[in-house]
Amino acid sequence: MKPASPFLELHDCPRVTVLLDGQPLDLPEGANLAAALLAAGVEVFRKTPVSGAPRGPFCMMGACFDCLVEIDGVVRQACMVEVTAGLEVRKPDGVGDATV
Amino acid sequence: MQRFDLAIIGAGPAGMAAAQEAATHGLRVVLLDEQARAGGQIYRDVDRVADLRGDILGPDYTDGRRLTAGIGRDGITHVTEAVVWAIEEDFVISFTKDGKGAQVAADRVLLATGALERPMPLPGWTLPGVMTAGAGQILLKQSGVLARHAVLVGSGPLLYLIAAQMVRAGTPPLALVETQTKADLARAGRHITGALRGWSYMLKGVKMLAEITRARVPRYTGATQITIEGEGKAEAIRFTSGGKARRIACDTVFLHHGVVPNTQAGRSLGVTHRWSTEQSCFVPVLDASGGTNVPGIFIAGDGGGIAGAKAAEIAGRIAALRVAEEAGHLTQNARDQRATPLLAALAHERAARPFLDTAYPPCAEALGPADATVICRCEEVTAGAIRSYAGLGCLGPNQAKAFGRTGMGPCQGRYCGLTVTALLAETNGRTPDETGYFRIRPPLKPVTLGELAAMADPDAKVSDGSDH
Ligand SMILES: Cc1cc2nc3c(=O)[nH]c(=O)nc-3n(C[C@H](O)[C@H](O)[C@H](O)COP(=O)(O)OP(=O)(O)OC[C@H]3O[C@@H](n4cnc5c(N)ncnc54)[C@H](O)[C@@H]3O)c2cc1C
Ligand code: FES
Repeated sequence: MKPASPFLELHDCPRVTVLLDGQPLDLPEGANLAAALLAAGVEVFRKTPVSGAPRGPFCMMGACFDCLVEIDGVVRQACMVEVTAGLEVRKPDGVGDATV
Repeated sequence: MQRFDLAIIGAGPAGMAAAQEAATHGLRVVLLDEQARAGGQIYRDVDRVADLRGDILGPDYTDGRRLTAGIGRDGITHVTEAVVWAIEEDFVISFTKDGKGAQVAADRVLLATGALERPMPLPGWTLPGVMTAGAGQILLKQSGVLARHAVLVGSGPLLYLIAAQMVRAGTPPLALVETQTKADLARAGRHITGALRGWSYMLKGVKMLAEITRARVPRYTGATQITIEGEGKAEAIRFTSGGKARRIACDTVFLHHGVVPNTQAGRSLGVTHRWSTEQSCFVPVLDASGGTNVPGIFIAGDGGGIAGAKAAEIAGRIAALRVAEEAGHLTQNARDQRATPLLAALAHERAARPFLDTAYPPCAEALGPADATVICRCEEVTAGAIRSYAGLGCLGPNQAKAFGRTGMGPCQGRYCGLTVTALLAETNGRTPDETGYFRIRPPLKPVTLGELAAMADPDAKVSDGSDH
């Protein structure tokens, strides 16, 4: 079951399984990853390297870098990535974590 | 390396119109954009989405198909998902696509990189659940994702557009917390003739407000003392309006008080910028056809000063005509003939701006945030810290980097640069022009070593990543 999310999806799309910190999530295939994670109830995407403060997507257009997640070992902007089956996503957990 | 007559960065209305115009006159054009499909901000993903959500997004959105249809022609190589991170000597353009670095070269470059949301540092704006209103709109446009319990905060026509779109989608915002005052509207009255020339915009504004009112979305105007509260995420917004302190519980806060030119690429090339008092931001100094002080570099669209999508499209064409003439594809006469009506149309489009800029000024509390407010999201630097740097003799944003890490995070000052300039200018009693802006150097976006190592063979041809 999807956790309650502050966001809802207008259309139903075929879903694929993505791993978020090892936990399976069913997300719409081809969707924007940041949007799909928000709709799945994920609010915090990362913790900041400076103070460990929680962050989530802010601009959705590749400019703010608050949606950074680690995908296959590379830190990327979730709002610039599309959902594909088997994607392994990890939330950078802040202080000391290597970001870009 | 593949060489083109013209490289265009950005496939929004300005870039798409310019590409089409230039190709019409026989130029070989490469159109680079980091998005997966053409459209820019206003027409984001229009080819895929128009049929799905065109009714919610409105005819001004679906109209974008006119432009996307124009770039699927010979002479235009549209490279999608191309994140441009450097434009260097001889106009070698470096970008990342599919995790690999790649390069193209061009005789001339048109920067059509559009606008960014004006930074809106208010207490609590870094909490998860707080986004730009543009981000909320991108969620709806691109993904059909809507916030169930959102409050829209700030000012400007785009705030109403997004509210109206949310109403049409069946999830109206909980409230509009607007920062402009009646006095702003009265002041804007001075520009009413200009506004009347752009009467169709006024009419659209009135219609959107009617939609919002019909849906019984409460509007609070002249809001001050705005604070977003929450433990680890946005939970409520507090503000004062009409002399009353208010609190609205919500999950999502969408902030907006105007958009500002995205000047990163132009600055990295040494394009001169000046402070615009009317728009409270830096704009590149351009001649009538988008030419800059750097020979061969042109700018069109909102990246050259905010004037909206229609103006962007026209400015793109005007710049392309100029490039076609410089490249010897058009005589001066032929260019003049084509450009004259476009210049008149551009002036008409711009006529509504002074009214809008005065009626919906940026939120004062966000232009000069309280000391405790974080202004640099990446490095978590507060407004008070920047003011204290000024007290220690710091005159400009670049010097500020010596005091703290402001502007040195991955966003490269996109969401703090204007605030840093404003705070230093205010504290030092100097103008924004005297204070200056961050020096921008490539890479414009972070590049990984892996992407560099995978730099494609310089002799490889760039593939046309577009759908057409
Ligand atoms: C989030 C947002 C939403 C908006 N929504 C609306 C709306 O609904 N209606 C409206 O009238 N106006 C809207 N605007 C205002 C908008 O600026 C103009 O209406 C219009 O889109 C400007 O057109 P443009 O061609 O100048 O730039 P844009 O349409 O912004 O296009 C610029 C393009 O450049 C690309 N780009 C930028 N930097 C790089 C880089 N380094 N590498 C590769 N590509 C790059 C971007 O991906 C983008 O596609 C919005 C603005 C923003 C910021
Ligand atoms: S949300 Fe801003 S870069 Fe992704």
